[in-house]
Amino acid sequence: MHSDVFDRYHDTESFIHRLDPRVKVSVTVAFILSNALLPDGAWLAFGCAWLCLLFINMLSNLGIGFTFRRSFVALPFALVAITVLFSIPGKPLSTFHFLFWDLTITDMGLLRFMSILVRSWLSVQMVILLVAVARFPDIVHALEHLRVPSILTTIIAFLYRYLFVLVDEVFRLLRAREARSAAAAGARSGGSVVWRARVAGNMAGQLFLRSYERSDRVYNAMLARGYTGHLLTINPHELHRVDYVTAALAFFVILLLQLIGWL
Amino acid sequence: MHYSPAPLHIPDGFLTLVVSLICWAITIITLSMAISRTSKSLGEKQVPLMGVMAAFIFAAQMINFPVAGGTSGHLLGGALAAIMLGPWAGMLVMTAVIAVQALLFQDGGLLVMGANILNMGLITAAIGYGLYRGISGGSRIMKLIVAGVAAWLSVMAGALFTSLQLWLSGTSQLQVVIPAMLFVHALIGLGEAVVTVAALSFVLQARPDLLGENSESAKGSKGWVIAGITISLIVVSLSPFASADPDGLERVANDLGFLHAGRVAPFSIIPDYAVPFLGRTPLSTVIAGVIGLAVVGGIIALLGQGMKAKS
Amino acid sequence: MTNVLLVQDLHFSYHDGHSALRGVSFELCEGEKVALVGPNGAGKSTLMLHLNGILTGQGDVTVGDKRIARDNLPAVRAMVGLVFQNPDDQLFSPTVFEDVAFGPLHMGLPKEVVTARVESALQAVRMSGFRDRLSHHLSVGEKKRIAIATVLSMNPQILVLDEPSAGLDPRARRTLINLLHELPITMLVSTHDMKLVEELFPRTIVMDEGMIVADGKTKEILADAKLLEAHGLEKP
Repeated sequence: MHSDVFDRYHDTESFIHRLDPRVKVSVTVAFILSNALLPDGAWLAFGCAWLCLLFINMLSNLGIGFTFRRSFVALPFALVAITVLFSIPGKPLSTFHFLFWDLTITDMGLLRFMSILVRSWLSVQMVILLVAVARFPDIVHALEHLRVPSILTTIIAFLYRYLFVLVDEVFRLLRAREARSAAAAGARSGGSVVWRARVAGNMAGQLFLRSYERSDRVYNAMLARGYTGHLLTINPHELHRVDYVTAALAFFVILLLQLIGWL
Repeated sequence: MHYSPAPLHIPDGFLTLVVSLICWAITIITLSMAISRTSKSLGEKQVPLMGVMAAFIFAAQMINFPVAGGTSGHLLGGALAAIMLGPWAGMLVMTAVIAVQALLFQDGGLLVMGANILNMGLITAAIGYGLYRGISGGSRIMKLIVAGVAAWLSVMAGALFTSLQLWLSGTSQLQVVIPAMLFVHALIGLGEAVVTVAALSFVLQARPDLLGENSESAKGSKGWVIAGITISLIVVSLSPFASADPDGLERVANDLGFLHAGRVAPFSIIPDYAVPFLGRTPLSTVIAGVIGLAVVGGIIALLGQGMKAKS
Repeated sequence: MTNVLLVQDLHFSYHDGHSALRGVSFELCEGEKVALVGPNGAGKSTLMLHLNGILTGQGDVTVGDKRIARDNLPAVRAMVGLVFQNPDDQLFSPTVFEDVAFGPLHMGLPKEVVTARVESALQAVRMSGFRDRLSHHLSVGEKKRIAIATVLSMNPQILVLDEPSAGLDPRARRTLINLLHELPITMLVSTHDMKLVEELFPRTIVMDEGMIVADGKTKEILADAKLLEAHGLEKP
């Protein structure tokens, strides 16, 4: 089903899968924080962090290359940092001519650029892992426990739930548009950009109204089950010793990474 | 796959910790206000409404339209969400969307989410709603025109703030990133404007009661107008200034202590700016952060005043 | 026979002036299974929304010993389990467990009781293994049964279903029929599926244009060709 495109969870059996989602979320955040704190050029620490990633990949029974294959998602954004290669003073490595500028790549520039990329690359993989080993509703529970305001987590939960319904509606709208996107021989088809944007806007408006009216019905369904304005949830997760131990170990390792990076 | 990462979603690693934390602070303060305001105005219906709306924005972002040469634009939605649901609810909705994008698609990082929410959810909502609210009594045509302008400006503002954050983190050079971002988003903003106006016009026609006097949309206070106009002015004045005379801006920033020519240590935890600052004092960064917070605090206080006056 | 539901002279008009209920009166005894039929627009869904106080019109609706009023709505909703037509509107939690737990949780029941209720509700609809499933992974038939479970977990006195068999394939429909047949609970079910009516419901109420035009034994009503034709119904 095409809606599965939003399902990032891989239903495999593993030690990591069984861990409490709170542990998984906190370790992810700590890992990303640790990456941000490591200085430029801390290659040893970056390398060790990557080894940790590979290790967790393996422990999750997802295959050692799981996150690696998916990790180049944010690569296009690297363009934004490209100027760093030329703007940081240091030993010049190579110069070339681009339009009417003389651009010199310096060693410090290269160091910084690569460090930015590596940090981003490592952090992204941790998030990929997180959503692969924790069901999204469980991640939402974890967020609630970690004191994210319940109204936000509830909106996120609703978002996730209704995303599939709405995406199906979007596909239907898009398909309907496709079915009527014909071309006549001899005439230029497609309409102007403005027209196309207007059609898109009408589709968005259509979707908005359907969503608004659906939310009315959902509200009635909630009322029918006794909703009086406060959302209550039951916590299906309990922390066991293995969770505490794993979390402690993980934080310890992250601390080690910091030490490696800074010494 | 219809979903692709959009230019404004900053990934982890591209902003320094300091910049991230400052943005988080602003975001958390603003969202706390949003949460308490929405409880009061929307009542019980808020949760299912905002939840489904968040799914709507997410799904609507998949409705793309070809712009030129293989590229396509799509809706960001901050201005639209704020106009349709009211500013505070709009912010909460955009926050949920950005959070889910970051988690499920790694479109935007986790640590830098505060900045992403600020750029794509808070500022866009403030401008979108503020400007729209300013002409609350106007004719339909006026409303649509202002909504279009607001939508375009909201995208530009998001791009501007993103650029500033990247520059402050030493990730990008000011004279390159601002013109590049603003140029690209001027085009994307046009798309946003057209889609926002079309969607709004559709709703005004089919269910005018949703945007009429008793709706959520109309209940926001005049304080938003001031905020929206203020931010718009900042965007409008800063952008050409920055593009045309980046050296001028750099000089100003240098004096304020924002920039450090060394840029070796991408992070610093106040007050230990141990890096060769080349003469700048560690204190200046703290002052810069405080100034930023004071500006935002001022705007929020204004809003609070406006709201008190209204009730 | 104790009265579980008593509706007296119910009138209701929508905001746009459309008069949806024009003096509806009937009663339900404990254990009765009643079908509600009529053309689209007759007011069936509107009537159902009055039975748990989501809509309020002029006239009285009494559930058990409680007359529906503003202050006893939550209690009423625990007694009347209303299941809408579109399960996507009803299953709003991320997992099946949470959806079925919603009702008892909001009644303030302790955690163990809630969990027990969820288990027994899922069992009643024959979906015990679906506890941790995500709603969007289910088929329409499965969603409809879970939707029923979401109100069963509140242990209501009366089950009100709006078009439960609409959109189901023959197998899912058969499963639903068996399920409804076995549930020992007072039921009011609106449907266009006349075979369902014939098979499951000894008593039928016919509505048209906001009023009840017939209320009696299903056999007799289905034999009355003139009546059926006058109100847009067909013999099964």
